[in-house]
Amino acid sequence: MLLLECPYCGPRAEIEFRYGGESHIRRPGPHAEVSDAQWADYLYNRKNLKGEHRERWLHAAGCRRWFNVARNTVTHQVLAVYKMTEPCPLPDDTGAPVGDPSMTPGTAMGGAA
Amino acid sequence: MFDPDVTSPLDDGSPAITPVGPVSRAIIRCRASDIDLVSNRIDIALPRAACRSVQDSGLSALWLGPDEWLILNATPADSWVSELSARLDGALCSLVDVSHRQVALSVHGPRAEDILATGCALDHSIAAFPVGMCTRTMFAKAEIVLWRTGAANFHLEVWRSFARYVEALLREAESER
Repeated sequence: MLLLECPYCGPRAEIEFRYGGESHIRRPGPHAEVSDAQWADYLYNRKNLKGEHRERWLHAAGCRRWFNVARNTVTHQVLAVYKMTEPCPLPDDTGAPVGDPSMTPGTAMGGAA
Repeated sequence: MFDPDVTSPLDDGSPAITPVGPVSRAIIRCRASDIDLVSNRIDIALPRAACRSVQDSGLSALWLGPDEWLILNATPADSWVSELSARLDGALCSLVDVSHRQVALSVHGPRAEDILATGCALDHSIAAFPVGMCTRTMFAKAEIVLWRTGAANFHLEVWRSFARYVEALLREAESER
């Protein structure tokens, strides 16, 4: 079981949380200029990283806040926890989704790239 | 609205676990910028610190989230929430009467921490969970609000339909020596 540190409530057991998938996904826009491919990319395509991942969690049985977790999906090591409005505090983080650029499915994934 | 004729689903008390009598309850939600205004209108200072509570003249305000508080009124009254609503007129907030959504149990005595630890993964020691601390959490598979009202006193709020489940698990834990 993961022990996640909610940015509001402190360390809590994993059963209090719901996983919200990959974080830092930007909605493409303005809407009239978004192609079907971009929209499908935004809706459905995720990186499914093996390694350092930025993901969303909801403290459902607690303060009911969404927040971000940087977690290694291989080791389950939690590298950072930060609020939705904050940038990732990891020193080498550029604000962009991390991982192998070739795995980024498309331009709709946001980030600095 | 509060109806005194609604019966409790809970059994009578055992040495360490006692049903708490009727309580009026309300949930208030508002933005951080409106906390002062709302606090003034309802005559109790909503706590801003995470997982902390405030008690003032029969009312208790429990922090549940940065924008959510549970208000308990130990002297239940049918008109209480409508009075609050009238006082909050014009304030940007949400007020919901949840008097009958949940029921309360008191877990008390020297074994209270151990009994709660059988179903809740939190550290219940007085250092980690001091008097006045409150939080929404899980007890086994049910969501509860746990509030420490004294060194050996916990107030546990659970939704009505989960009450017997939580109560049975607590009583089972109490029976184990």
